[in-house]
Amino acid sequence: MNHTTSRRGIWRIIGASSAGTLIEWYDFYIFGSLATVIAQQFFPKTNPTAALLSTLATFAAGFIVRPFGALVFGRLGDLVGRKNTFLLTLVLMGGSTFAIGLVPGYESIGFAAPLLVLLLRLLQGLALGGEYGGAATYVAEHAPPDKRGYFTSWIQTTATLGLFLSLGVILLTRHSLDPDLNESIRKFNTWGWRIPFLVSIFLVLVSIYIRMKMAESPLFARLKSEGGISKNPLKESFGHKTNLKMVLLALFGATMGQGVVWYTGQFYAQSFLENTCKVNFDQSRTILIWAILFATPFFIFFGRLSDRYGRKWIMMAGLALAIFSYRPIYRQLLHLSTPPAIAVSMGITETPLAENSKRITLPNGFAYTETNNSAPQLTDKHLDPGSYRQAVLLVFLQVFLVTMVYGPIAAFLVEMFPTRIRYTSMSLPYHIGNGVFGGLTPFIATLLTTMSGTDKLVGLWYPLLVAGICLVIGTLYLSNETDPNVKD
Amino acid sequence: MNTIRRYLGLVWMLLGPALFFLLLRTAMQEMQASPHIDTRIQWTVFLVVFFPISIGLMIFGLYAFRGEYDRN
Repeated sequence: MNHTTSRRGIWRIIGASSAGTLIEWYDFYIFGSLATVIAQQFFPKTNPTAALLSTLATFAAGFIVRPFGALVFGRLGDLVGRKNTFLLTLVLMGGSTFAIGLVPGYESIGFAAPLLVLLLRLLQGLALGGEYGGAATYVAEHAPPDKRGYFTSWIQTTATLGLFLSLGVILLTRHSLDPDLNESIRKFNTWGWRIPFLVSIFLVLVSIYIRMKMAESPLFARLKSEGGISKNPLKESFGHKTNLKMVLLALFGATMGQGVVWYTGQFYAQSFLENTCKVNFDQSRTILIWAILFATPFFIFFGRLSDRYGRKWIMMAGLALAIFSYRPIYRQLLHLSTPPAIAVSMGITETPLAENSKRITLPNGFAYTETNNSAPQLTDKHLDPGSYRQAVLLVFLQVFLVTMVYGPIAAFLVEMFPTRIRYTSMSLPYHIGNGVFGGLTPFIATLLTTMSGTDKLVGLWYPLLVAGICLVIGTLYLSNETDPNVKD
Repeated sequence: MNTIRRYLGLVWMLLGPALFFLLLRTAMQEMQASPHIDTRIQWTVFLVVFFPISIGLMIFGLYAFRGEYDRN
C-alpha cells in the first residue's frame, strides 16, 4: 500500500469516490429509465413511436457526448489534478439533473422544452465522461499493487447500484403519490416524474461536501511537485504511436465488448421485457432490481480474483459466455411471457375493460390485457410467481456476466497507461466502448427488430457481433500480466 | 502466435471500412424508405459516430500488421 495511505484511509477514499460516482450514475439513469414518460412531456404527441425514438435519440446523445467529456475532463484531470476535476463533473451533473426536473413541458413552452432537455442531457453526458476515469484513477493510485483490482471494483459497483437506486426511487415515487395506485401513477406521469430529478440535488450536495475534504492523488501530487505533469495530455495520449496503440487495443480488445455486454444485460434486458415481451412497467423493473441486487457482490469477487489470476481471462470468459448464452436466455424470456394454453373451464377470469379490451387472469396468477382490433394484442402482462422467479434468474445471469467483464476493467485500464496522461488515455476508450458501443445497444437492437419485423431476437446480433470481434482481439492481443507499478 | 497477430491485422484493416460501408448502405436504404427527419437524424448520428471508429480499427489493424503488438 502507498506509504501515505493507511488501511482506514483507503476505505475513506473508496467510500468518498464511490458515493459521488454512484450519484452521477443515478442522475444519468433516471432519464433513461423514464424515457417513455419524458417522451409524453417533452416531445410532440402526434406519433408515440416518434416521441419514444426522439427520447431514445436524446438518450443516445447523452452517451455520444461522453467521449467528448472524457477528452475535456481527462485533459483537465491530467493538467490540474484528479480531485478538482471530478468535483467539477459532480457539480455539472447535479446541476443538469436538477434543471431537467424544472423544465416546463412541451404544452407550456413549445419546442423550447425538448431543446432545453436535449441541452441538459448533453451536459449530463459530458459530466459523466469526466467522472469515471477520475474516480477509477484516484482509487487505483492510492491502492496497493496486489489489491488494485479489489479496491477499484468498488468503483465498478457504482454504475449498477446507480441504476438500482434510480429504479428504486422511480418505483417508490410512482407508488406513493396517492393511496389509489391508478391515481398515483396518473400523478406520477403528469408531474411526479420530476421528483427523482429534483431529489438528486440533495445527494449531490452531500457528495460534494465529502469530496471537498479529500486530498489529491499522491502519485499526481508527486508528479506535479517534480514538474513531471504533461503539458499537452491529448497530444501525448493520441498523437504518439506508443500510447495510441494501447488506446486502440483497450477499445477494440476490451471496452467495446464490455460495453455491449453491460448495456445488453442491464438495459436491453429491461427494454426487451417491457417492449417485446409486454411485461408490465413494475415487473419489468423489479425483475432487474432483484437481478442487480443478487449480482452486485460479484463485481467485488471478480475484481479480487483478477488480482490473483490476471484481468484478461476473466473478462474474455465473460465475453465468451455472453456470446453463447444470450440467444437461449432471450428465447426463454419470450417463452415465459407467453400465456400458457389453459382451457376456459379451468378457472380463467375475464374482466371487460374498454371496447374490444378485456383483462384476463389465469389460475396460476398470470394476467394480461387482450385487445381485439384486426388481430388480438396481449399487453400489460403480469407474470405468475414461477415465471417471475425464472425471469429474475435469467436477468441475473446477464448481470453476472456484466460483473465478469466490468469488475476488473478499471484496474486493467489504469495499468495500461502512465500517470501523466492516465486520466485522458483511459477515459476515452472507456467512454467510446461504453458510451457509443454500449449506450447505443438498446437503440440499435430495437431498430434491428423494427427492420426485421418477425424475428424478435434479431436485435441481439448487434451485441453478439461486437462482443465476438472484441473477444478475438482481446484473446490474441491483450496480455494477462498485471502491471504492479502504476507510478510510471 | 505473432504471425497470426500480424496476418489478422489485415482482417482488421479491411473490417473497418467494410463495416462502415455496410452501415452507409443500410443508412441510405433506410433514409430513402422513410424520408422523415427522425430517420435522417438517427442514421446521420450513427454514421458520424462510427466513421472515426472504423478509421481507428484500420489503424489498429495497421499496427498489428506491422508487429507493434508482437510479444517476445
